[in-house]
Amino acid sequence: MLVPIKWLMDYVDIDLEINDFVDFMIMSGSNVESVKETGKNIDKVVVGKIIEIKDHPNAEKLIITNVDVGSEIVQIVTGATNIKEGDYVPVALHGSTLPDGTRIKKGNLRGVESKGMLCSPDELELEAENLPEGTDMTDGIHIFEKEYPLGEDIKKVLGLDDKIIEFEITNNRPDCLSILGIAREAAATLKKDLKYPQIDSPSESKEVDNYISIDVRNIDLCPRLAVRVIKNITIKSSPMWMQERLIKSGVRPINNIVDITNYVMLELGQPMHAYDLKKLNKRKIIVRNANKNEKITTLDEKDRVLDESVLVIADEERAIGVAGIMGGFDSEIENDTREVAIECANFNPVSIRKSSKLLGLRTEASSRFEKGLDMELASFALNRACYLIEKLGAGEVVDGIIDFYPNKKNKRVIKFDTDRVKWLLGIDVKISEVKRMLKSLEFEVTGNKMLDIIVPTFRDDIMMEADINEEIARLYGYDNIPSKLMDTTFTQGLVSDKQKIVDIAKNCLTAQGLFEVLTYSFVSPSSFNKIKLNKDNSSRNAIKLINPIGEDQSIMRTTIIANMLELISRNYNRKVDDGCFFEISKVYLAKSLPLNELPEEKDVLTIGMYGGGYDFYDLKGIIENLLSALNIENYKVVADNHETFHPGKVAKLLINNKTIGVFGEVHPIVIDNFDIPLSVFVGEFDFDELVLQTDLDRKYKPLPKFPSIERDIAIVVSDEISAGQIDEIIRTKGAKLVEKVELFDVYKGSQIEEGYKSLAYKIVYRSSEKTLTEKDITKAHNKILNSLANQVGAILRQ
Amino acid sequence: MKDNLERIKEESSDAIKKVQTLKQLDDIRVRYLGKKGELTLLLREMGKLNPTERPIIGQMANDIRNGINKRIEEATINLKKKDLELRLQHESIDVTIPGKRKKIGNKHPLTKVLDEVIQIFIGMGFSVAEGPEIETVYYNFDALNHSETHPARDMQDTFYITEDILLRSSTSPNQVRIMEKQGPPIRVIVPGKVFRSDQIDATHSPMFHQIEGLVVDKGITMANLKGTLEVFAKMFYGEKTKTKFRPHNFPFTEPSAEMDCTCSSCNGSGCHICKDTGWIEILGSGMVHPNVLANCGIDPEIYSGFAFGMGLDRIALLKYDISDLRLMFENDKRFLMQF
Repeated sequence: MLVPIKWLMDYVDIDLEINDFVDFMIMSGSNVESVKETGKNIDKVVVGKIIEIKDHPNAEKLIITNVDVGSEIVQIVTGATNIKEGDYVPVALHGSTLPDGTRIKKGNLRGVESKGMLCSPDELELEAENLPEGTDMTDGIHIFEKEYPLGEDIKKVLGLDDKIIEFEITNNRPDCLSILGIAREAAATLKKDLKYPQIDSPSESKEVDNYISIDVRNIDLCPRLAVRVIKNITIKSSPMWMQERLIKSGVRPINNIVDITNYVMLELGQPMHAYDLKKLNKRKIIVRNANKNEKITTLDEKDRVLDESVLVIADEERAIGVAGIMGGFDSEIENDTREVAIECANFNPVSIRKSSKLLGLRTEASSRFEKGLDMELASFALNRACYLIEKLGAGEVVDGIIDFYPNKKNKRVIKFDTDRVKWLLGIDVKISEVKRMLKSLEFEVTGNKMLDIIVPTFRDDIMMEADINEEIARLYGYDNIPSKLMDTTFTQGLVSDKQKIVDIAKNCLTAQGLFEVLTYSFVSPSSFNKIKLNKDNSSRNAIKLINPIGEDQSIMRTTIIANMLELISRNYNRKVDDGCFFEISKVYLAKSLPLNELPEEKDVLTIGMYGGGYDFYDLKGIIENLLSALNIENYKVVADNHETFHPGKVAKLLINNKTIGVFGEVHPIVIDNFDIPLSVFVGEFDFDELVLQTDLDRKYKPLPKFPSIERDIAIVVSDEISAGQIDEIIRTKGAKLVEKVELFDVYKGSQIEEGYKSLAYKIVYRSSEKTLTEKDITKAHNKILNSLANQVGAILRQ
Repeated sequence: MKDNLERIKEESSDAIKKVQTLKQLDDIRVRYLGKKGELTLLLREMGKLNPTERPIIGQMANDIRNGINKRIEEATINLKKKDLELRLQHESIDVTIPGKRKKIGNKHPLTKVLDEVIQIFIGMGFSVAEGPEIETVYYNFDALNHSETHPARDMQDTFYITEDILLRSSTSPNQVRIMEKQGPPIRVIVPGKVFRSDQIDATHSPMFHQIEGLVVDKGITMANLKGTLEVFAKMFYGEKTKTKFRPHNFPFTEPSAEMDCTCSSCNGSGCHICKDTGWIEILGSGMVHPNVLANCGIDPEIYSGFAFGMGLDRIALLKYDISDLRLMFENDKRFLMQF
C-alpha cells in the first residue's frame, strides 16, 4: 500500500521526521517496506515559458530559445523539436541538479551560450504510467499542460516534494488498505486525533429512483449494493492535486469521474465503479451470476469468458462488469458521458478471490474485496465520492441513494478482563490506559476492570480476548515489554535415542571421508526407469503431487538412490574426480494409492561413492565400521539380486536375519543413464531398522589375561566357495578358542588351478581360562582343517 | 717395566684423544686391555718382578688400566653424542612438504547450523521432536486457525497430494501434534523439511528447512517469549547481538511478532547483507492462539504459551555468507568441503 505522506497528513498531524515516523509505525504493527522520496536530488529546476525560438547559426539540428523563468530571461540551446513559443517547460538552471545527480552548468554550444537545459520526462525520471494520459513521452521536452507560475520549483509543481511510504499490509488488516486506515493507525500510534473526510449525505428523497433501478439476485455474494446518480457531468481532467496523489499511489489518472472513484478507493479502501447511464439497457443494474461461457470485454480491452461461479454487474441485456474486479469496456465513461450511476457494493471475499484467480485478473479493487471489506463502508465511500464530485464541479449529484442492505451486521461485543493483560503479556497497564488505547482505535469501551468492548465494523479481525491483548501490546510497544526467562516448571532438554543414533552415524560416516548431502524429497517419475527398477518393484508405487512445480519434481521419492546418482553425475561433470557421500532422509511409502491416510515415512541411509579407485570392499568396510559404531554385531552380508546393481557385485545386509539394505556396484546401464563413465558404488539401508538394532549400552569386556597364539593357513578352494562360508566354518569349529579370523590374502593365478582360488587366513587362538598348550591348539586347528576339507573341499597349501 | 707402563699410559692417552669413531676406540681398548693387549701382556710379566716391586708396579698398572677405561668411557660418551648429532643432522626433513591427510568428510552446513541451534535450546530445557512431512490439511491449516480462505491454502502456495493431504508448508503442525500427545508443561523444538510451491532461485526453494519452537505452561507470558528468544540470539550470534520485536500477523499466534537481530556481519551499522538497515529478520513468533490451544484440548483460560519458527536455510546462508540457496541442494563436493 503506497501512502504519500502529504495525503496522510490530511487526516492526522505528523510532526516527526520521516524516519522516526516510519519507526513508530513499524513498532505499532504497520510494517514499512520502503520509503521513496520523490524528486530526490532535484534542485534549481523551475517552470519556464518559452518566449522565443530562433535558428542556431552554426548547427542545423540545434535551436536557440529564450525562456522566461520569472526572475530573468535565459538563453538555452536545445536539440528538441517538440516545443513551440508559449510552451511551459521544466528548466534546469545553471548550477542545478537532476534526479540522477547530474549537475547542469552554463556552457557554449557551437558558439552560442546556453545557460541551462530544458528537461525531458526521462531526465526528470517521470514515468509514463504515472503521468496524465496523453502526456507526450517521446524524446521531447516535457511540456506542462497548464500555466504554472514562472520560476516555481518543479518539485512543487509536480508534487515531487513528497515522501511515499510503502506499507506491508497483512491479511488480517484490509482496513489498512486505505489512507484513512493508515491514518487511524498513525493517530493511535502518535496519540493524535483522526480527522474524518467530509461526505455528501443523501436525503430521504426518492429522486434517484427516476434514474435507475437495481436488482440483486445473489444476496450471499453481494450483501450490500449502494447506487447514486450524477447528472450534468462535464468530463475533463481532474485537478492536478488529485492527479498527483493518484500517481504517487500508483494509479493512473484518467478523467474527473474515474479519478474520483479511484481516489475514494485509495482514501477509504472501498472500490466503486461508475457506469455511463445511457449505455445501461433499461437503466437497470443487475447483480447476478454469469451464464456459462458468457463473454465480456473488460476495461483493459481483453475478451473474457466467464462461468456460473463469477458474479457480474449487468443490465437487462448483458454483463457490464465483473463484480469487484473490473468494469466492462463498453459501459466505460467517455468524453460525452453526461450521467453516471456509481455502484458501490460489498462482495463476498471468497467469490472475488476465486473469480480473480479464474480470470487471472487481479486489480486494486479485487485485492481489497478478496480480503473482506467493512459492510458499513459502502454508503460512506459513495457519499464521499459524491461530495468530491460536487466540490470539484464534475457534475450534479441527484438526491437520494439506492441502498440494498438487507442484513445489517451487528457489531461484535467482547468481554475483557483487564487482569488478563498482565497474565498474557507480562506487563502492568493501568485500566485507564487500556481504555485510552482501545478508544484511539475506535473501539467503544465501557466498564472498569471487566470491560465491554464494542469492536468497530472495520476490524473484523478482532474476535476475542487475545486479539484485544495484541492491540494493547502493540500500542504499549513490544520494545517496552520486559524480557524474562521462564521461571515456571523446570524441564530438562533432551534428544531422543534416534537423534543420538543419527548423530553417531553421521560422525562415523564423516570420519570415514563421506560428505553429508541433502537432496529434494520429490523426484521425477522417470527416475525409476533410470535406476532400472522392475515394472513390478513396489518402489514404483510413489505418491504423486497434484500441483508439482514440474514433471521432474512431481512424485515423492521411495528411494534416494536416484538423487544420489544424480548428484554424483553433477559432481563428475563439474570435474570433481572422486567423492563419497551419504544422506539420511525420509522416503515416503504409501500404504495404498491414491492416499487415504498418511503414508509411512521411513528414514533411509543412502551412501554413494565414485572415483578414487574405490571398489565394493571400500563400501563394505564403511558399512562394517558403521555397524561397529552402532554396536551391532549379529549381521551378515550375502550375495543378492537387485536390478539397479551389477549382478555379480551386489549384496544384502542382514541384521539378526532381517534384511536391512542392499549395496554394491551400480549396474553399468544405470550409470550410463546418469552419464557417469566410472564405477559407482551405492548402498541404501533402512535407517529406522538400524536404529532399532543399535545398542547404545556398551559394556567393558576385561582385557585378556592369557596369551594368544596365531596360526596362519593357506587353503585352496573352488571359486564357488565364499569367504563367508569358510569364515563361518573356522569360527564354529574352533568353538570358543578362536578369537579372531583374518583373511589376509586372496590369490588366483599361475600356481592355482583354473576355477580355484587360494585364501590365506590368520587364526588367533585364545582361551579366557588358561594359557593354551600346543596340544590344545593342534587339536582345535586340526578340527578346523578337517571340517574345511570335508565341507568345502579345501586343500591345505604347504 | 715401569718405563713400559709409563709409555702405555702416554701412548694410549694420546691415541684416545685422536680417536674419531667408536670402532677406533674399540681397537684401542683391544690393543691395550684385550686378552692380548699390551697392558694385559705386561701384567702377565708381573710374576717375574721381585716381591717388593710387585705391589708398587701392580698398583701402578691398575691405575693405568683404570685410567684407560675411564678415558675410553668418556670418549665413548662424546663419540656417541657426536654420532647422534650427526645422525639427527642427517635425518632432517623439509617440514614445508604437505602433510599426509586422511580423507575425512563433513556434515552438511545445514546440519551443522541445526546442531548449534539444538544445543542452545537443549540448554534452555527444550526437547527435540520430529513430525511427518506429509501432513493432513487439518494439522497444517485447520487446527492452526487458518481461515477457510487463507491464501496459504492455495495450490499456488502449497503442494497437495489429495484434497486432505499435503506436503507440510511449515513445521507448525507439530505444535498441534505435540500438544495433542503431551499435556503441559511443553518445551520443545521441531526441526524439519518444509515445502512450498516456489520456483528454485537464489533465495527460494520448493523444499527448505524450519525449526519450530513451542512452550506451553501455566504463567507463560510474552515477556518469556522475548527473554527466551533474546538468549537464543545472543548465544547464536554473539553476546552483543540486539533484538527487535515487531508486531506481525500469523493465524496461530496472538499477539504475533517478528524478531530482527542486529546484522552479525556489520554489527548493525549497515551493509549489503542487511540492505543497509542494520537489522536482519530472523524468525516469526507469538503467543499461542487460544483457538489452537483449545483445538488441542488445552484450556486457554489456564494455560498460555509461545511459539516460534525460523528458517534454517536462511540462518545458514547468513552465517556462512552464502549468496545462493541453490548451493545447499546441489551438493557439489567443493562446496561441502568448506564447512
